[in-house]
Amino acid sequence: MQFNDYEPGDFYDELFVARGQPRPEAVPLIDRINSLSVEEVQRRQQAAQIALFKMGVTFNVYSDGQGTERIFPFDIIPRIVSAQEWETLEQGLKQRIYALNLFIGDVYGEQKILRDSVIPAELIFSATGFLKPCIGLEPPGGIWCHITGTDLVRDRDGRWYVLEDNLRCPSGVSYVLENRRVMKSTFPLVFNTMAIQPVEDYSSHLLETLLNLAPEHLSDPTVVVLTPGIYNSAYFEHSFLAQQMGVELVEGRDLVVQDGYLQMRTTKGLQRVDVVYRRIDDDFIDPLAFRADSLLGVPGLMDVYRSGRVAIANALGTGVADDKVIYSYVPQMIRYYLNEEPILSNVPTYLCWEPQQQKHVLANLDSLVVKAANESGGYGMLVGPHATQQQREEFAERIKATPRNYIAQPTLCLSRVPTLFENHFEGCHVDLRPYILYGKQIYINPGGLTRVALRKGSLVVNSSQGGGSKDTWVVCK
Amino acid sequence: MLSRVADSIYWLNRYVERAENVARFVDVNLNLLLDSPTGMAQQWEPIVLTTGDLPVFKERYGTATADNVIQFLTVDGDYPNSILSCLRAARENARSVREVISSEMWQQVNSFYLMVTEAAQSGTLRDLSSLLRFFEEVKMASHLFAGVMNATMTHNEGWHFGQIGRLLERADKTARILDVKYFILLPSVKDVGSTLDELQWIALLKSASAYEMYRKRGLHRITPMDVAEFLILEQEFPRSIRFCVMQAERSLHQITGTRIGTWQTPVERALGRLRTDLDYLTIEDIFEKGLHEFLDDLQSRMNEVGKKTFETFFALEAVS
Repeated sequence: MQFNDYEPGDFYDELFVARGQPRPEAVPLIDRINSLSVEEVQRRQQAAQIALFKMGVTFNVYSDGQGTERIFPFDIIPRIVSAQEWETLEQGLKQRIYALNLFIGDVYGEQKILRDSVIPAELIFSATGFLKPCIGLEPPGGIWCHITGTDLVRDRDGRWYVLEDNLRCPSGVSYVLENRRVMKSTFPLVFNTMAIQPVEDYSSHLLETLLNLAPEHLSDPTVVVLTPGIYNSAYFEHSFLAQQMGVELVEGRDLVVQDGYLQMRTTKGLQRVDVVYRRIDDDFIDPLAFRADSLLGVPGLMDVYRSGRVAIANALGTGVADDKVIYSYVPQMIRYYLNEEPILSNVPTYLCWEPQQQKHVLANLDSLVVKAANESGGYGMLVGPHATQQQREEFAERIKATPRNYIAQPTLCLSRVPTLFENHFEGCHVDLRPYILYGKQIYINPGGLTRVALRKGSLVVNSSQGGGSKDTWVVCK
Repeated sequence: MLSRVADSIYWLNRYVERAENVARFVDVNLNLLLDSPTGMAQQWEPIVLTTGDLPVFKERYGTATADNVIQFLTVDGDYPNSILSCLRAARENARSVREVISSEMWQQVNSFYLMVTEAAQSGTLRDLSSLLRFFEEVKMASHLFAGVMNATMTHNEGWHFGQIGRLLERADKTARILDVKYFILLPSVKDVGSTLDELQWIALLKSASAYEMYRKRGLHRITPMDVAEFLILEQEFPRSIRFCVMQAERSLHQITGTRIGTWQTPVERALGRLRTDLDYLTIEDIFEKGLHEFLDDLQSRMNEVGKKTFETFFALEAVS
């Protein structure tokens, strides 16, 4: 199946420099695909989808009634990242996580950064992710953000930008691992000729990171993954990770606080839990401390956590840095805490909270993307260029009513990767979410989840909005 | 092991086994019809009767015909014990414990479920030959699941809970299969012992996959008492009630660590008593009491074991 007709267009293409001219690191893959017939490529695409379906690699969608499972569409043309480029990304991400971690510890501790007026204190105190009960907490080793999935995009000029940091419960890593498994049987020969960095040891690193949080005197700590249950959209991933690590997957109803410890109900009575990898948002984790109406968490967990008798990853309270307003200050954090220049840039961001910037946003709604500070999954946003006049007016009213809740960013022209459409390739826009683990050291899984907008011309890559995924290959040096 | 997880593995196995047995019920009746002298009324009500859900059926469908009984028992999504519903429940249970069971088990129950939903949606279960093929597939898929579980999951506590679920379900269903004969009417008293009668007993053995093993056991002729004895008391046949109860007891004691013959929990006591009774019963004792009455009593004792299993291991009431 030939790439001859593939038109990279006026975009940054991840596999081609220009029409008919693959990037050096992509040559073996392109050659291989060029040597296959259309039918053969289609057959492999189909086989990959079937394999994922059989393995039950799905996510849940709430909107259609009782929570239907859907397969996350998968495209067999990978995105390839050169070794050199990856090294820069890795350094940039490490720097960012260091600074974010220091920041979170600071705002729940001494609050130096607020006293020095680097970040306005009122922005922190008004952030929904800022949790008063976490003030004074000292998580093991001073680490707050153990597992992070940072969203990156590339603009037309090929520059990388950080779109957001997901510090609460980033999901998607299970697709990285399962996609890779499927890709190895899809293009075994290519894997043989190209040196692609392996991703399979993520689960071991994750387990190490979690064990690192247990008190040292425990020879055999009990680690659990806490899930909201089978109707959660990321349930597959929760169970996959628990299985890969060989630890229990628990729900709130399996847990109870007794004798000052977190314990789980087993067929032989209660058993102590030492480390919780929670996939439940802060607000839901303890109805006594946060949302009283939540049935997902465990009453009294916060007290046990505060007394240091259970470790939680990510630490409670990390959501403060997920706020898109706080995000805009990460470059300042890097300079403030590390005394370094940021290696990775943020997407330029306007804070509607600041009168001058708000004015600019309101005047340019037709060219900007407006996002709610605390929503994820592509909800609560306005894509200016694609919106109607009425939608823009509605958003203008919302911005004026609660300016703290909105930021605006220019619409970036996301890079593209060729993607199989029946019998030809089309460039589709992608982003990238690498996964970062902060244990004894910082480990970054080489690659990450490449999400792809499968609708022609669309820029929205969220799975809940019709996006799909691709494997990400980081080649070795 | 988490109580919730143990409960789910138990029900996962019960539901797979239940689906298999529903397939057996319907399958045997279909086969029986093919052998019946023409003109004889088709008897479908006994099949529903043995499920214990005749009232539900009557309310929804009225008179029992081949079509609506098959519809009810195989693909009725609103009837919780249809093959389709059993597989849905089995899969939901498997999905909630995927991290504990082997991925092969998950894949098997998942493709089993997909096969059944596809058959239900395609509407191909209308003609006899595709129905027979479907029941064959259901039985094989259930065997495959049990085999995969045996060969890929550590025989640990969870596995033993699964065994208990499967074996209790199987013992219950063997009892019900045997009871079918009680409800199937012969045209007249003089037909007792006739070819038709024998055909029915053979069909019954076949629905428990017991026909060949029964024949091999030495006494080759088919008599009601021998068939009942084989299906209730045979020590080594894997679908006989006694075998199931014995094996379930073994698994139970593997979990609790108590020696067989002693007990610490109410469930060990209930199951132990049932097993001992079966050890010392003769088929004459059973027929003296009345086969149907004996089976009725047996079923309620097995329900008791199920209930006590729940109370002992799975009940999740809040700890004070």
